Amino acid sequence: MADDALRARIVRAVTEQPQPTVTVLSSLLAIEDELGWIPQEAIEEVASRQSVTQNDVWAVASFYPNFRFSPPGTHMVEVCWGPTCHLMGAQRLLERVHDALGLDGEGDTADGAVTLRYNTCLGACGQAPVVSADHHLLGRASAEAVDALVAGLRAAGRNGGHQR
Amino acid sequence: MTVAEKFQSIQDAAQAHVAAQESRTRIRVGVALCGHAAGAFAVLDALRGEAASRGLDAAVQEVGCIGFCYAEPLVDVQAPGGPRVFYRNVTPQQVPTILDAVASGRWQDAGEVLGTLGEGSVDSIARIEDGDQWRLQARIATRNCGSVDPGDIREYIAAGGYAGLAKSLSDMTQEELIEEIKSSGLRGRGGAAFPTGVKWGFLQGSNRPNKYVLVNCEEGDPGAYNDKGLIESDPHTVVEGTIIAGRATGANYGYIFIRHGHDGPIDRAKEAILQAYEQGLLGEDILGSGFSFDMEVALTGDSYVAGEETALMEAIEGKRSMPRFRPPFPAQAGVWGNPSNINNVKTLAYVPEVVRLGGEWFSEIGYERSKGTAILCLTGDVNYPGMYEVPFGLTLGQVVNDIAGGVASGGAVKLLQTGGPLGGVLGPDSLEITLDYELMSQAGAILGSGGIIVASEDVCAVDLAWNMVAFCQYESCGKCFPCRLGMTHLLDTLERIASNAGRAADLDLMRTIGKTMGMGSLCGHGQLGFNPISSSLRHFEEDFRVHLEEGRCPTGSCTARFHRPTRTSPTAVAGWYVEEGAGTTPKA
Ligand SMILES: Cc1cc2nc3c(=O)[nH]c(=O)nc-3n(C[C@H](O)[C@H](O)[C@H](O)COP(=O)(O)O)c2cc1C
Ligand code: FES
Repeated sequence: MADDALRARIVRAVTEQPQPTVTVLSSLLAIEDELGWIPQEAIEEVASRQSVTQNDVWAVASFYPNFRFSPPGTHMVEVCWGPTCHLMGAQRLLERVHDALGLDGEGDTADGAVTLRYNTCLGACGQAPVVSADHHLLGRASAEAVDALVAGLRAAGRNGGHQR
Repeated sequence: MTVAEKFQSIQDAAQAHVAAQESRTRIRVGVALCGHAAGAFAVLDALRGEAASRGLDAAVQEVGCIGFCYAEPLVDVQAPGGPRVFYRNVTPQQVPTILDAVASGRWQDAGEVLGTLGEGSVDSIARIEDGDQWRLQARIATRNCGSVDPGDIREYIAAGGYAGLAKSLSDMTQEELIEEIKSSGLRGRGGAAFPTGVKWGFLQGSNRPNKYVLVNCEEGDPGAYNDKGLIESDPHTVVEGTIIAGRATGANYGYIFIRHGHDGPIDRAKEAILQAYEQGLLGEDILGSGFSFDMEVALTGDSYVAGEETALMEAIEGKRSMPRFRPPFPAQAGVWGNPSNINNVKTLAYVPEVVRLGGEWFSEIGYERSKGTAILCLTGDVNYPGMYEVPFGLTLGQVVNDIAGGVASGGAVKLLQTGGPLGGVLGPDSLEITLDYELMSQAGAILGSGGIIVASEDVCAVDLAWNMVAFCQYESCGKCFPCRLGMTHLLDTLERIASNAGRAADLDLMRTIGKTMGMGSLCGHGQLGFNPISSSLRHFEEDFRVHLEEGRCPTGSCTARFHRPTRTSPTAVAGWYVEEGAGTTPKA
């Protein structure tokens, strides 16, 4: 993406926040919603618009682990790692996903198609274990269901995905 | 027009709208988080498509969570004048069969029926009201959950909503309102059980121009989803409760604070606020009373400690969610230095009914000093995981066995994990504990946010402790070193024990670390961060002993796979580093 186009998207995300209270954090979240990540240009833009230093913005951005600083994979898989899901077999499910994606922890597949994250609770504990793919929740996730889900995303490759 | 007259006309319009709906068949689909995870959106799409292609005169509606998460996706069909018939675990393929059955009046033919709800009976289907799962509940805050369309304020109003607000604005002074809450005995549902009326009183004395009501829906406790469930299912009861809190405390602004990424609750909350503005129930001069109140949704990034009241204020101001020193207390200097009152979602969800029906009515429900109900999320190894609202005074055994149906995998209950990770675990004898703040704390239990996770004898206490400690380590905000370093040291030690490489001195080492954390941490995260281990040792020291002395897991459930999330790594923020030749001062 050309620098100008990227910056324009950032500016739009920051300036078009609908809620009255606009802060460093709300601006970063708006940019993340727009781009899926926080480029250096975003840090600069938020710093100047909020009249704080870039250091202050980095401090906030690096504190909340939902922010990332390189473009994410096209698809996002989140596996719940919370206590209910843990009791219902989340660790085994994680290994299944690792194997299917060729990863050994959180991260992006080599082809950039999928990003894997662990979630501390997806909020559907009554359906544990829970995984989500591009923000669609899948409860009572069996190993087979997870295999199928990952295979589907890999087949979709860089098409579709969770980014708006 | 008086406040009462203005409200009456809003109520009349809402009731007329709902009455017009009642002449049609209504089909409701639960699409809150549990329903979503069970596939409810696919069912909803199938129903809408099939109803349209048949030209069916039926309203297909989204509703929230009625609490029977085990039976999701739940679809209920209500013929005009009849009760609601609930089909459980519905698949999209089943949709045509359901519509056929409804059309032919042979309701039983369409799949597994959970029961009916409401006046009347249909096709001799059992009534949900007659089962223990419903009878043992007292649904006050969740009264509308799964029944009203959370996206339509008129349904909430027609069900008695905003009448409490109208009453508080027309007939009651601020003092009377606070007295009403005090007399109800309502205590905070966010963990500390502090009397809500007393807390509200702290703000009253201040005549600063800006005062805030903060609604805490951070809900970081894994295993609990009742705050999100309430906001998703009946957001207006929370919005109304917040406006009433504003009126009582003299605040002029409210924030609902939710974690980014939980789109369902976030969207519902935003929509509810907009609709309340449209009806004149928020904004300038509400219902002509002279009282003005504004509200918005504020989001936080992923952070458990952001749910702590002072850290939450930092996050609203857009900073890192690290707790502040107290004093000054939030009631003196909260958000942007202004007096702020903070309540949990559930606490505020009771307020409309307490005001409408009176504090005395509420105070008669419950047990001793624990008034009203507890909204519980029962999950884990039980037959009927769900969100249930029960009066205080039941035993944990009644809740686990009579409501949640006991252990699903067979065998006995080994432990309960209550009150989020910081709450720790309880042993099997805890089934006799009465749901009551005082009795529970005497028994070493924390009700906290209402999550109760059940585990059977197949589970090793070391394994679950590992999960909780790994969570607490991951979520330490890092401000207090005893918490930041202590949690890491505890996790290292526990992973050693779980993988059978522990040392004899490890238990004492952990106790020393835990004590230091308790003494040297600013907020509950570090102060209580040793609870998962201390409580596990209290009830299940034997599990630790087997790992340490026999070099094996007593149940075989410790996988010794320690996959856990990682915080932002230094290499991930490469953009921060100054490039060669660019100078040495940090970027301004
Ligand atoms: C680490 C930590 C996390 C907390 N998280 C939450 C939370 O997610 N939701 C909540 O309502 N209260 C949470 N609390 C408690 C709040 O600080 C506060 O007591 C509560 O929101 C007050 O509301 P109440 O009076 O209605 O209970 C947390 C406390 C600590 C120490
Ligand atoms: S613990 Fe997995 S969804 Fe809550």
